[in-house]
Amino acid sequence: MAPVAPRSGDAVFANVERVNAELFTLTYGAIVRQLLTDLEEVEEVNKQLDQMGYNIGVRLIDEFLAKSGVSRCIEFKETAEVIAKVGFKMFLGVTAYVTNWDADGTSCSLVLEDNPLVDFVELPDTCQGLYYCNILSGVIRGALEMVSMKTEVTWVRDMLRGDDAYELRVKLLKQIPEEYPYKDDE
Amino acid sequence: MIGVGKIKQYSNVLDKPLSKGKQEVSLSAFAFLFSELVQYNQTQVDNIAELERRLEDAGYAVGARVLELLCHRDKGNRRETRLLGILSFVHSTVWKVLFGKVADSLEKGTEHEDEYMISEKELLVNRFISIPKDMGTFNCGAFVAGIVRGVLDNAGFPAVVTAHFVPMEGQQRPRTTILIKFSEEVLQREARLG
Repeated sequence: MAPVAPRSGDAVFANVERVNAELFTLTYGAIVRQLLTDLEEVEEVNKQLDQMGYNIGVRLIDEFLAKSGVSRCIEFKETAEVIAKVGFKMFLGVTAYVTNWDADGTSCSLVLEDNPLVDFVELPDTCQGLYYCNILSGVIRGALEMVSMKTEVTWVRDMLRGDDAYELRVKLLKQIPEEYPYKDDE
Repeated sequence: MIGVGKIKQYSNVLDKPLSKGKQEVSLSAFAFLFSELVQYNQTQVDNIAELERRLEDAGYAVGARVLELLCHRDKGNRRETRLLGILSFVHSTVWKVLFGKVADSLEKGTEHEDEYMISEKELLVNRFISIPKDMGTFNCGAFVAGIVRGVLDNAGFPAVVTAHFVPMEGQQRPRTTILIKFSEEVLQREARLG
């Protein structure tokens, strides 16, 4: 079961300003196309998308913490549930579920059935190596790094590549100890 | 809901049913994404004009698709063929779908026959943007100008579309005006149609 978060993802999503998902989807598509034209190599595009996601994650975590009322997670399992149920809902209006935990509870899968990034998208033959939604993995990595968790996020399944769902594997590499002295009051 | 087995496989994007377009994402998700688009393009250019051009290109691609999508969904595969028709389509239908509201105003230029303006007090893409002094007249509205150009061009109304800030009395922030200058052939055709 999901932990009792101070506010559910639905409640937060209902209270934030929203825009039409198609504007978002098509804008993302325009970004991916620009990258493909500029960088030419599919691998480079994957990297750039991940980097952009990371930049977003680093900034997004502030808003997430401020609006969701979620505080420190006790263990990684809680973190994963919060991402799936509150994070995805709050920003993209969809929920994911968490599954496939490994024995020591440090890696799991986030599975998405709805993914607003991929409406109207079909991968042409020339882009087969492309992780179209790679920005999402960057966002998760960036956001978690800001709360002292170093993670590795990879795609396991992708419907654009013919799989039956979108599955992200999130692996906790290490907790970064907070550095003392804190520089809050400088 | 964890619905195993309810997922259908689509090999072709055209086999998918067209969504009704009521889905939403948070405004911040869009704002974050848009800001990355601007920042990325900043690394690819050496001047403001080029940056605006690249944003416009990105918008153009969005506009072309929006036209296609809306003609299928809202207009029974028909598109406007008259100048005023297509302008009000952009000002009302397109704006409403993309930004949730009709644009604040649609005006005809007083000095030139071929110029029209769509104005917006607070354009969505300019909302979280502040322009540093050294970037002068740069306007993120170029992206929206691109969307407008994409719609018009693909509907058979080629035009030059640009975005400008227009200061307003008593208001702290300027409004954004999208200036549309139609190409000659469009006006000639319009005159012929009477």
